[in-house]
Amino acid sequence: MNRFLWPLIAFIALVVLLAVGLGLNPREVPSPLVGKPAPAFTLPRLDAPAKTFSPQEMLGRVWLLNVWASWCVSCRHEHPVLVDLARQHAVPLVGLNYKEVRGDAAIDADKLSRDEERQQVVERAGAWLARHGNPYTLSVLDIDGRVGIDYGVYGVPETYVIDKAGIIRLKHIGPVTPEIVSGKLLPLIQEISK
Amino acid sequence: MSLRRLLPALLVGVTLLGSSALSAGEARSLAEDEATEQRLVAISSELRCLVCQNESLAGSQAELASDLRREIRTLIRDGRSDREIIDFMVSRYGDFVLYRPPLKATTVLLWFGPGILFVGGVASLVLYLRRRNRALGDSALSADERARASALLDAAGGPGSQPVTQQAPRE
Repeated sequence: MNRFLWPLIAFIALVVLLAVGLGLNPREVPSPLVGKPAPAFTLPRLDAPAKTFSPQEMLGRVWLLNVWASWCVSCRHEHPVLVDLARQHAVPLVGLNYKEVRGDAAIDADKLSRDEERQQVVERAGAWLARHGNPYTLSVLDIDGRVGIDYGVYGVPETYVIDKAGIIRLKHIGPVTPEIVSGKLLPLIQEISK
Repeated sequence: MSLRRLLPALLVGVTLLGSSALSAGEARSLAEDEATEQRLVAISSELRCLVCQNESLAGSQAELASDLRREIRTLIRDGRSDREIIDFMVSRYGDFVLYRPPLKATTVLLWFGPGILFVGGVASLVLYLRRRNRALGDSALSADERARASALLDAAGGPGSQPVTQQAPRE
């Protein structure tokens, strides 16, 4: 009996280790940006493409940056949650519309001129928000995905919590669910809003 | 028979055709600036594509990978060093983009875990074999067992080679 005890314990330990490993989501890569200042950018606004927005304007406020696109299926799933969150007026929500035209596999963006692409981005993103509701204080247009690279975006949707000093406090990858809003986002927002 | 011989040749031919068509597509960008492209391939082979995760940035067809390759190309043309370009990627996507993760407190298990497991396995095997050897060495035959063994050997008809010669004629 004693002879098998230690191998058994080692085996159980290995099984537990592997079970924990299998339970992890390999898509969730820890972001090195958490704890660092949100990368600066200046991008045109969706509601008024002649105007721009940059994160410095939000200094002194806690805010969320949500990366979305109309071609992104998971964004459709999370959208009602964001609309709900916006209704609570807990926190300003800025949308980063990511590669609206270029990211859509159905469109060959190489054939479009810059102006044509920009016009299509505004039309498509605007139509999508009109249909599904607009939870965003404002949305900005990252047409070529360059700002997305600075924010380490690799799978839309992604959501960042940014504090009053402009530091990224949390990065959530994948759709935001009601559980994540009540369990992670709102408690953190409350804590850093003090 | 001739078809059987022809088929592999046909397959090889088709594969060669396919691969030459592929390299023809890539040759265009290579011709633009060979040095840049070579550095791009060297750097991006060291980086993981975050969308496919098990493909390098050099080999991935994912859209993000091509965006990042374009970004690396721009950085090369800006005159940045390989180190700076790798740091650019790590500062955005974390150590996970590196196929060779750095040695840190959090990666000690990753680097040394397999070695520790191997040494532990070999050590326990050696221990086990030694213990077994000792246990076997202790159990010499008693006088009673020796008598029974020789009685059995006698009954079989003398030396141990006997059974073999008995079986041989069957073949």
